[in-house]
Amino acid sequence: MVNFNRFTLANGLRVLVHEDDTTPMAVLNILYDVGARDEEKDKTGFAHLFEHLMFGGSVNIPSYDEPLQRVGGENNAFTSNDITNYYITLPAVNLETAFWLESDRMLSLAFSEKSLETQRNVVCEEFKQRYLNQPYGDVWLKLRPLAYQTHPYQWATIGQDLKQIEDAKMEDVKAFFKKHYNPQNAIMVVGGNVKTSEVKALAEKWFAPIPAGDKYHRNLPQEPKQTEARSETVKADVPLNAIYMAFKMPARKNSEYQTYDLLSDVLSQGQSSRLYNSLLKEQQLFSDIHAYITSSIDEGLFVVEGKLVQGVTVEAAEAAIWAELDKIATEEVTVEEITKVKNKSESIMVFAEMSLLDKAMNLAYYELLGDAADLNTEINKYLSVTPQRILEAAKTTFVKEQCSTLYYLTAQDAS
Amino acid sequence: MLLNRILAPESKQVDEINFIEPLKQKLDNGIPVFTINAGQQELVRIEFIFENVNWDPSKPLQAIAVSHLINNGTTQLTAKEIADKVDYYGAFLQTEYGADQLAVKLYTLNKHLASVLPIMRSILNESIFPEQELAIFIQNQKQSLQVNLQKNDFLARRQFANALFGDTTYGSNIEASDYEALKRADLVAYFKAAYKPENCTIFVAGKFEQTEFGTLNDNIGQQWDNNSAAVVNKFSFTDHPVGDIFVERPDAIQSAIRMGALGISRTHKDFPGFQVLNCLLGGYFGSRLMANIREDKGYTYGIGSAVVSLKDAGYFFIATEVGADVCADALNEIEKEVSILKTEPIEKEELSLVRNYMLGSMLGSLENAFSHADKFKNVYFSGLDYSYYTNYIHTVKTITSAELAALANQYLNTERFAKVVVGKK
Repeated sequence: MVNFNRFTLANGLRVLVHEDDTTPMAVLNILYDVGARDEEKDKTGFAHLFEHLMFGGSVNIPSYDEPLQRVGGENNAFTSNDITNYYITLPAVNLETAFWLESDRMLSLAFSEKSLETQRNVVCEEFKQRYLNQPYGDVWLKLRPLAYQTHPYQWATIGQDLKQIEDAKMEDVKAFFKKHYNPQNAIMVVGGNVKTSEVKALAEKWFAPIPAGDKYHRNLPQEPKQTEARSETVKADVPLNAIYMAFKMPARKNSEYQTYDLLSDVLSQGQSSRLYNSLLKEQQLFSDIHAYITSSIDEGLFVVEGKLVQGVTVEAAEAAIWAELDKIATEEVTVEEITKVKNKSESIMVFAEMSLLDKAMNLAYYELLGDAADLNTEINKYLSVTPQRILEAAKTTFVKEQCSTLYYLTAQDAS
Repeated sequence: MLLNRILAPESKQVDEINFIEPLKQKLDNGIPVFTINAGQQELVRIEFIFENVNWDPSKPLQAIAVSHLINNGTTQLTAKEIADKVDYYGAFLQTEYGADQLAVKLYTLNKHLASVLPIMRSILNESIFPEQELAIFIQNQKQSLQVNLQKNDFLARRQFANALFGDTTYGSNIEASDYEALKRADLVAYFKAAYKPENCTIFVAGKFEQTEFGTLNDNIGQQWDNNSAAVVNKFSFTDHPVGDIFVERPDAIQSAIRMGALGISRTHKDFPGFQVLNCLLGGYFGSRLMANIREDKGYTYGIGSAVVSLKDAGYFFIATEVGADVCADALNEIEKEVSILKTEPIEKEELSLVRNYMLGSMLGSLENAFSHADKFKNVYFSGLDYSYYTNYIHTVKTITSAELAALANQYLNTERFAKVVVGKK
């Protein structure tokens, strides 16, 4: 159970407070309701590049990191296709420093040319390190456009290519800030050894003077229903053949979302799961095999991926995956299986309460989805899933005409 | 009153850091149990830790394979049955191989503790390492190694470790042939020697009262089956100049750099001071290496340095991945930063920032029962007690610029460093 209080400032900033006096620390987490899906097609990677620029100094404070470290704090951020999330942890006695820093960069950035130039380079190196200079590193750069032809989920948060990042201009940076970084598009969670009254006073002092800005109304192109099987073959200097299969699945807020999560758990969570036992241990077709969901706010992906044991043909491996998917789409999972994945979900949620930062991030995310209070009842949605609903989900989803398959092959196997 | 956004709010240095010391008990069979009984959630983590023993350089994977396969079949349960039961109770079972120790870790909700401990008992006493499971392990690990051998940072790590530590558990260069040479009999022999009460220490963190201790004792506290002779690994290393090691990867668009040398471990009096020096150089986001090579030059996504304390050695390293075209310049800049530490005094402002950052970071690292247990393990396995942390905090607050320069001159001799580059120079 994660307790919280909630209030909204006149400028639209939503604030949640989680009091936890078992720690001497505090967390300040700000979620901005903007992700890679909000980018323009010819300016991809921008939400993430912008996240880097948020550390390049704000209108009144030349350095963001330094004053925070000086009071014993740490910070970081991440960008996904849906959101951008910034967080600070620091000794609770120095909480006001976090308010000072976060409010100033919500007010306005310094927009320094030097920062833009450096972070363009840093992000290009990040692109190389994570996506280009790793075996199989570019899989998602290929799989996304195969699975999505209209929706902006077709590009990864890092961007479509290095060129678009290199071309980022200061005027784009300013426009992006104006459009997305204002109080109405943000949710702030303050947690730890703090009092709601104290947070309220600090929020009024530091955030209330920030102009509300214009509300961003999201209107993204929707992905039409996929009606034919898609596939693409990549050949690369990798040692093993690999298969990636992506199916569309319901959006995060859909009432069947938890059913799909449990479906992926039955197939792939842990060493008792179906794919691991059937495909890796019994048939020995794969040296690793996984199924998981992207948990996207718009229509997401259910992914099955695996690396083939050398000597196994791609056809045989793919057929074996389909046999498992067909099976779960025609026979109900057993009572033991569904109990197991529900128990596991319950454990994961209780263990997540060990971390103050996780609690703060979760509150912000559930508030974005509609109501932070849903975090505390989420487990009930999992517990109410039935074998029939899992069967129905599998039947609807695991259809060849709705599958996008990426064959990632070693140079010799691709010829 | 107009809000002054230019001036930083008032702040305080962290002065009180409270450590929770564990309760020490013993199971009936003599295994020491250290318990941090804390936290709000009805859950517990129980770690069974075994010293790594009987090192045989001709069988470098013996302990790793045992650690990996210990939950893959016992006289009572198949691999699938173990996994089914653990997962059914929503528990997590992790096995971890470390150069000094092997661990089996159980995470469970308290309400399922009595159901999962019998599985633990079976794993720790009755593992049989089936031939079939070993064959699958060998095949899949060889494939995983093939993939890793294409990663520059992996290659740099292993070249570096081997240069410092040779054919020991700290530095052994694993090849595919080492996997092929694995024999079931060697695994069984290692299991019987290492997984026994006199080689085991248990660390518990979470909600754990005497009732839970009783449950633990009932399941784990009686006689165990394993009793082969064992000698706990002991290594000694002498510092030797290594120099440049270059592994060319013609298609690389980034190069992995890893450089450093043998140094001191936690038991050495200079260790806390050396940690301050390391933090300043490359131990946090605002470090000199990050400020220069990432934030000023934009050569990398990240660069850092670290001091590592092992049982029989300590070492220091700097690691990064940089654009292949700027690799040579990055190497120069790294050397320059190390050299500045030796010759130029550290500004008061920077040193006070690092002090505060490290104290805040220490405070933040004591988040829950698990982290308190981890802090205890650090000192316990170094043969130290909590006075280590008192001394650490004192050093962070008081060490001077001159003392840091002296440490830099003593421990950061770049001319003796192993300097590994994988990619293009």
